[in-house]
Amino acid sequence: MIELLPLTMLGAMLGLDVVSFPQAMISRPIVSATLAGALVGAPGRGVIAGAVLELFALETLPFGASRYPEWGSAGVVGGAVFALYPEGTTGALAVAVLAALLTAMVSGWSMIQHRRAIGRWAAGMRDAIADGAPGAVATLQLRGMTADLLRGGAVTFVALALWVPLSRILLSVWSLAPAPSRAVVVALAGATALGAVWKIVHATTGARWYLLGGFLVGLSLMGLT
Amino acid sequence: MTAPHKLPVGVQLATLLRLLAVQGAWNYETLMGNGIAFAMEPGLRLLPGGRTGAPFRAAMARHAGYFNAHPYLAGLAVGALVRAELDGEDATRIERFRTACCGPLGSVGDRLVWAGWLPGCSLVALGVFSEGASPLAVVLSFVVLYNIGHLGLRVWGLHAGYRDGLNVANALGNSLFRQGPAAVARVAALTAGVVWPLAVRGVVGPARSWLVFVLAAAAAGAFVVTRLQGRLEGWRVAIAGLAGLILYSVVR
Repeated sequence: MIELLPLTMLGAMLGLDVVSFPQAMISRPIVSATLAGALVGAPGRGVIAGAVLELFALETLPFGASRYPEWGSAGVVGGAVFALYPEGTTGALAVAVLAALLTAMVSGWSMIQHRRAIGRWAAGMRDAIADGAPGAVATLQLRGMTADLLRGGAVTFVALALWVPLSRILLSVWSLAPAPSRAVVVALAGATALGAVWKIVHATTGARWYLLGGFLVGLSLMGLT
Repeated sequence: MTAPHKLPVGVQLATLLRLLAVQGAWNYETLMGNGIAFAMEPGLRLLPGGRTGAPFRAAMARHAGYFNAHPYLAGLAVGALVRAELDGEDATRIERFRTACCGPLGSVGDRLVWAGWLPGCSLVALGVFSEGASPLAVVLSFVVLYNIGHLGLRVWGLHAGYRDGLNVANALGNSLFRQGPAAVARVAALTAGVVWPLAVRGVVGPARSWLVFVLAAAAAGAFVVTRLQGRLEGWRVAIAGLAGLILYSVVR
């Protein structure tokens, strides 16, 4: 049984980083999943899960009021679940990535609820804020950040409590061969990443040629190594 | 009243620290307005009467209202608004400035950071990963590189905003903002092209013999995702795909 408390605390801190504080992007999955893997004792497994999730996360542009998946808590869940199993465990990456994607979706929804709650608290403090009362602004700010910390921790805890036992059950009856099990996950991640990059750069003059040129260089490097 | 030429170092540091939390009370009514007032508070204490004076209360009330900007460029507005308040600018002029700078500070920051610097740094970290670097090196390559840009933008914004006050629009005319997003997008495109096949190979593991098929399938999938732009998100499709894969594997 993994220790849920350190992972929950990590998920809380990284969930906070997504929007509230300090937005240093330590919540990106390539960081969060690796840190979770390290907490479980397998950073090398964590970084593999992190790289796959980072390919998915390239699609997420966290524009202000838009709705998007929350990768901080999700990366912790994906990294921890994958790191639980030794190298060569067939299907572990597929299960870990699904756990992370579903956590990202639920956590993104929880961010919206959190923002609505802050709106309600702000409405309740409207008179004090409109009067410029010393402390009113700071109180709302700290309440919002504390709630976000708790939100990230709660999502991480519940997701891990669900996915750690569920992953054991699923992997105990896994029947697909290693190659197709991994190939499907990587193809989905690769498709999402390439589509995301295209969406970002296609409107920039000449960027498609840079992408194509880089792709040829990448394929050449792949042939060399 | 005339604002000091430079904010005291303690006030600058307190403001910068609070700017890191500028979205801590983000909500759908005032967006980051509360965070702007929160970040300005150390500077506004320099107003006559300090924290209990009428000018302080009036300024806090003014700035806790609706405001939106890219969080990393919010410092530009915060610096400019603190300067304007300490200079005793007319409240109407300050309000006009607040309204006028929301759009540019949002769109420029979104293009430069969210659509440029962030994916660019992600791709660099994926490149480091695909070359077989240690987990620590992968994490540090992303965190250090990304935050050089992140923190640099925040520090520059506060400094330039306070220096220029309500004339800070000139700072947005900086070539970094006019040509930066396109330049960053080109570099990100080049990096993406190089890194994408290497990253796919780096995570393909036991499916190495399937690499060509995986790359082809991913490219075809990317084509579909881009054709259905706005109606389809890759990560949502992946949830369905992985759920199907797992179901197939456990029930067959």
